[in-house]
Amino acid sequence: MKIGVYTCQCGINIAATVDVEKVAKEIEKIPNVAVSRFYKYMCSDPGQELIKKDIKELKLDRVVVASCSPRMHEPTFRAAVEEAGLNPYFFEMVNIREHCSWVHLDKDVATEKAIELITGAVCRAEFLEPLEKKEVSVIPKALVIGGGIAGIQASLEIADKGFKTYLVERSPSIGGHMAQLDKTFPTMDCSACILTPKMVDVARHPNIELLSYSEVENIDGYIGNFKVKIKKKPRYVDIDKCVGCGVCAESCRLHGRIPNEFDMKLSKRSAIYVPFPQAVPLKYTIDPNNCLMVKRGKCGDHPLCKEACDREAIDFSQEEEIITIDVGTIVVATGYDIFDPLTKPKYGYGTCENVLNGKKVVFIQCVGSRDKEGNEYCSRVCCMYTAKQAHMVRDKIPDADLTIYYTDVRAFGKGFEEFYNRVKGENINYRRRELDDPIEVVTNADKTVVKAKGYSDIEADLVVLAVGLVPKEDAKEFSRVLNISQSSDGFFLEAHPKLRPVDTFTDGIFLAGCCQGPKDIPDAVAQASGAAVRASEPLAQGKVEVEAITSTINEDLCSGCKVCERMCPYSALEFDEKAGVMRVNEVMCKGCGSCASTCPSGAISMRHFAVKQIIAQIDGIVAHKSKGGK
Amino acid sequence: MSKDSFEPNIVAFLCNWCSYAGADLAGTSRIEYPPNVKIIRVMCSGRVNPMFIVNALHEGADGVLIGGCHPGDCHYIQGNYFARRRIAVLKKLLEYLGIDERRVRMTWVSAAEGKKFADVIREVTDDIRKLGPTHQIRRSNSW
Ligand SMILES: Cc1cc2nc3c(=O)[nH]c(=O)nc-3n(C[C@H](O)[C@H](O)[C@H](O)COP(=O)(O)OP(=O)(O)OC[C@H]3O[C@@H](n4cnc5c(N)ncnc54)[C@H](O)[C@@H]3O)c2cc1C
Ligand code: FES
Repeated sequence: MKIGVYTCQCGINIAATVDVEKVAKEIEKIPNVAVSRFYKYMCSDPGQELIKKDIKELKLDRVVVASCSPRMHEPTFRAAVEEAGLNPYFFEMVNIREHCSWVHLDKDVATEKAIELITGAVCRAEFLEPLEKKEVSVIPKALVIGGGIAGIQASLEIADKGFKTYLVERSPSIGGHMAQLDKTFPTMDCSACILTPKMVDVARHPNIELLSYSEVENIDGYIGNFKVKIKKKPRYVDIDKCVGCGVCAESCRLHGRIPNEFDMKLSKRSAIYVPFPQAVPLKYTIDPNNCLMVKRGKCGDHPLCKEACDREAIDFSQEEEIITIDVGTIVVATGYDIFDPLTKPKYGYGTCENVLNGKKVVFIQCVGSRDKEGNEYCSRVCCMYTAKQAHMVRDKIPDADLTIYYTDVRAFGKGFEEFYNRVKGENINYRRRELDDPIEVVTNADKTVVKAKGYSDIEADLVVLAVGLVPKEDAKEFSRVLNISQSSDGFFLEAHPKLRPVDTFTDGIFLAGCCQGPKDIPDAVAQASGAAVRASEPLAQGKVEVEAITSTINEDLCSGCKVCERMCPYSALEFDEKAGVMRVNEVMCKGCGSCASTCPSGAISMRHFAVKQIIAQIDGIVAHKSKGGK
Repeated sequence: MSKDSFEPNIVAFLCNWCSYAGADLAGTSRIEYPPNVKIIRVMCSGRVNPMFIVNALHEGADGVLIGGCHPGDCHYIQGNYFARRRIAVLKKLLEYLGIDERRVRMTWVSAAEGKKFADVIREVTDDIRKLGPTHQIRRSNSW
C-alpha cells in the first residue's frame, strides 16, 4: 500500500497556525505513507498536478489531502485523482482549516491536532474501497414553487429552454408582492407595467402549466426523479368555464363588505373575487372563510352568484383534489412575509388613529429589522421604499410636511444613491437617530404624536412604518417538506454563501428570490435566472450521477429479520421472499447508514463509511495520542 | 497526571449536513475553541454505531461527542432519532461497564449554528476535563 499525503498551506490560512512542514515530516513516519508533501494551494492547478504526477510516478494507491472542508473541495480532488487513473473514492480529505487553523491560536497545539487528524485519515485511507458512480435518467420537467416575480422569472426561463415547467402558486393569482406595489425604486417605473406582461407570458407559454390556488403537500424521490404531491384547493368555480367577467362578484350578497387582503384591507371585495384586475389566471375564486354558501350551506334563498353567471361556472360541489407530478428539478421561490408591527406596541400600530388625507407624514425606518433582540438582519429594501413613498407623497401633496426617522440610509444598489439624493432634495426632513434611541408613537388628546429622543415631538396625521421582510410564516414546516435547511434568520439556507448561492444541500432543489433572504426586485430576478440555469442543467443533460455511497448486504450474514426495513425512510430495503434475505435498491438508497448501525447480525455495510474504515480512523486519531504521540 | 494539567482527548462524530457544517461555520467565522475535540465525519448521526463509541473509549478517548441535526431536521428524515435512542441505551450499558455515562454526549447543531458549535465544544471539553482520564476498558472480542 502506497499512500500520498498532501498538506495545504492555503496561503497563510493554514500555515499561520499549523506548522505544515512539521506535519509533513511527522506524517511521513507512518507506515504505508509513500510520500508526504506540503504546498501553498493544493486546490490550484499546480497543486492538483502535483498529486497526479505522484499517482503516476510513484504508483500511489491512496491519496490524502489535508486542507479545507471536504464540503467545499472534495469533488475537486476526487476528479483530480480520477484523472490520474485512480478510483475517485481512493481519496480522503482532512479538514485542517475550518476545524483547526481557523479556530485555534496556539501554533503547537494546532500543529499537533492537525497531525492527529491526518493520522486518522491515513489509517482510514488504507481501508478505502473503489466505488462505481451510478447514473440515472432525468425526467425533463421542472417544478417552480411560488409565483412572485422570482418564480415567474424562473418559470419563464426554464420553459424558454424547452422544458415543461409546473408553476405552483398558493394564492388565486401569481404576481406576489410585486403586484401590490405601485411604483418601484429606484427608477420609479410602474410595477404593473413591467410585471403584468410577464404574468401574461406565463399564462400563454406552451411549456408552462400554471397550478394556481394549489400547494405542494409532499415531495418524494431525488434529483432527476422527484414525485410531488400537489393539493388543488377548490375555487368553487370551474376555471375552464369562467371568463373573468365579474358579474358574480357584483351580485354577491357580501359585495363590498370583505376587506381585500391584496390592498392591505384598504378596499373591500365580495366573497367571490379576483385579488386584483390584472390577476393571472383571471378566474374568480370563492373565499371559503366568508362565502355564506360554503360556510353555512345556505345563502339567502339561493346563491346570487350562481344565478348571475350565465356560463354556469360556479360549482359548490367542487372538492379538494390531490394530483401527483414527476419532475427532475425544483426551484423554490416562496418569497417573504412583512414584519407584523403589532408585535412592537411602541409604534402605536393598530392603536393610534391615522388621518389618511392629512399633510403631516412621519416615516419610521428599521421597524422589525436590525433589532438585536429580534431580527438582527437588515431587510435591504426599507430605506429605498421609504424614500420612494416620501417621493410619491410629495408628488401628490406638494405642500406636505414630510419627516423620515432613519438610522443609516443604505443605498447600495445600482442607482440607489442617486435616487436617495434626489428625494433628499425634495424638502424632506431626514432625522437621524441611533437604533437603540427611544422612539414612540402615542395618542395625545386625539392626536397621534411621534416622540423620538433628541428631537421635538411631531403631531402627525399619518405615520408610516417601514416594516422589514421576514421568512414566510410556514417556512419551518415547508423546509421539512422540501428537506432543505434554514439559516439562523429563518430564511432558506443556500449551499454556500458565496459560491453556491442558489443551490441547497438537497441536490436538485434550488432557491430564488426572498425565500433565501431579503432582496429587491433586481436581485430577486437575477437570482431567479441563476436558479433557472442550475435547474435546467440536469434536464438538459438527461442524466445525473447518484450517490455511490450506499449500503450493501452480506447475504450470508443476513437473517432476514427485517429490522432494517423499518429504519429506511426511502423504502430502499426490500425483503426477498425467495432468498429469505434483505436487498438494497441502490438507486433509492441515500447512504445515511441508519440501517447499518441497526443490523443485529452486522450484515449491512455502508460503502465508504464501513466499520473497519471508521474504526481505523478512530484508532488513528486516538491512539496517536494515547500511544505517546506527544 | 494531575487533573489540572489533564487535557482530555475527545472524538466527535458529526453528521455531514448539520453539525459538521456548523463546525465549518465556526471556522469560517473564526470562533476560537479548545483543540481537544477531533472530528470524524459521517453522513448522518444515524450512522453512529454504539460500538464506534465504545471503541473510541477503549482506544483511550476520554469522551465522545455525537452531533446531529436538530430533531425534525435530519437530512435523512429521522436518523437523529435513531441515534438518540441508541445512545440512550448505550449510556445504560456504559454505567454497567463502570464507565461514567457523562463521557458520551449527544448534541444538535445546525449548519447555521457556528457559535453554538464552539460553545458545545467548550462545554464538553470542560466537562470531560473534570471527569479525568478514562480507565482503559478491555475489549472482550474483536469484531
Ligand atoms: C413595502 C415594500 C415596498 C417594496 N418596494 C420595492 C421597490 O420599489 N423596488 C424593488 O426592487 N423592490 C421592492 N420591494 C421588494 C420586493 O417586494 C421583493 O423584492 C419581491 O417582491 C420579491 O419577490 P419574490 O418572488 O421573491 O417573493 P414574493 O413576492 O413574496 O412572492 C412569493 C410568491 O410565492 C407564493 N407562495 C409562498 N409560499 C408558497 C407555497 N408554499 N406554495 C405555493 N406558493 C407559495 C406567494 O403566494 C407569492 O405569490 C418592496 C417590498 C416591500 C415590503
Ligand atoms: S443528517 Fe444530520 S442527523 Fe441525520
